[in-house]
Amino acid sequence: MHEWALADAVVTSALKVAEKENLKKITKIVIKIGELQTIDEEIFNFALKEVIQPQQEILGNADIEIETEKAILKCRVCKNEWLFENARKNLDEDETESIHFIPETAHIYLRCPKCKSPDFEIKIGRGIWLDAVEGER
Amino acid sequence: MDTRIEVIDKRLKNIRKIIAISGGKGGIGKSSVSATLAASLAKKGHKVGLLDLDFSGPSTHIILGIRNYDFPKEDKGIIPSKYFGIKFMSIISFAGENPAPLRGIDISNAIIELLAITQWGSLDFLIIDMPPGIGDTTLDIIRTMKRVKFIMISTPSKLAFEIVKKSINLLLELKMPIIGIIENMKFSENSSIKIQVEKYQLPFLGEIYFDKNLENAIGNIDKLYKTEFAEDLEKIIPKIFD
Ligand SMILES: Nc1ncnc2c1ncn2[C@@H]1O[C@H](COP(=O)(O)OP(=O)(O)OP(=O)(O)O)[C@@H](O)[C@H]1O
Ligand SMILES: [Mg+2]
Ligand SMILES: [Zn+2]
Repeated sequence: MHEWALADAVVTSALKVAEKENLKKITKIVIKIGELQTIDEEIFNFALKEVIQPQQEILGNADIEIETEKAILKCRVCKNEWLFENARKNLDEDETESIHFIPETAHIYLRCPKCKSPDFEIKIGRGIWLDAVEGER
Repeated sequence: MDTRIEVIDKRLKNIRKIIAISGGKGGIGKSSVSATLAASLAKKGHKVGLLDLDFSGPSTHIILGIRNYDFPKEDKGIIPSKYFGIKFMSIISFAGENPAPLRGIDISNAIIELLAITQWGSLDFLIIDMPPGIGDTTLDIIRTMKRVKFIMISTPSKLAFEIVKKSINLLLELKMPIIGIIENMKFSENSSIKIQVEKYQLPFLGEIYFDKNLENAIGNIDKLYKTEFAEDLEKIIPKIFD
């Protein structure tokens, strides 16, 4: 379950923001998950709870919002844009698993549906990031 | 905010020494030194990790003869598989034999992702095999691995040294620690590289002679230990401890 490492990264970052901004309590965090990472939200949520557990004082009452961002890929050669959602159907289990660990391996297993190039850009929908942190001083 | 970068320090905190094996040119022995150094340190009983960051030409698994690579196990991240006592991580675990056509930004993202999710545990040494040049990979480890130290490889050729000098100048400008320079593929007693290194006031760690039997040992760690290449490297190892 490598979702734990990602949840840990989110919480570590939130705590750093709180320290920088002198927040005594974090009241809300917004987490964005790129679809490319094919994160199981249930597993991620579970991991998140576990990571937050020792940080009750500062994060115990935080309202946690998780949003998923659809992944859009754009070919650098022919400019075609397509959705990972559709491309995903042609991937086998190991290929999906590779992308789940390291999203950039999409360049190994996916090709532009129009011109077959591996030279595409992940326009949106990769990674996990902290979109907002709110709190009380 | 990129949450991955924030957590990298934490993932590396139980590693005593992080050493990147670098140098300007391609084909000067960075991977051979990385793999053999990791193997020798592990044989001496040190806890060693080997991170192959050459995504377009991963080589250390070939040198050590790691064949049965698969997805790493997962536990609060990914756990590097252990081969010959070395905790090993490379793009090949995810890409297999396939080419990885990655541009700079993708390489950066992949490196940062890998560093953020890999749980090395406690190590005495993490050896990093670097790709040639001073591109994205070098800039990324400088940016994300605050404690990294460099060993630079050169060959006796002026051509190699002139290019390594550029990398050295960049590292000095960025105040990154350089453990020293190794001269590889030496074939005569000429000591011009040593003299030039000393002009830089950098430690000259030693020399590794051209070993015509090295090719024969690639892919077989027991043979690798017995090469003159490994013996020459052995004399250098004490200098990387302090
Ligand atoms: N001292 C040596 N004696 C004989 N052969 C050597 C020696 N050092 C390296 N080689 C050989 O030279 C070739 C290049 O070595 P290696 O792959 O380690 O270089 P590299 O710097 O990692 O290359 P790249 O820049 O492509 O990553 C290999 O075939 C290796 O076996
Ligand atoms: Mg190499
Ligand atoms: Zn295209």
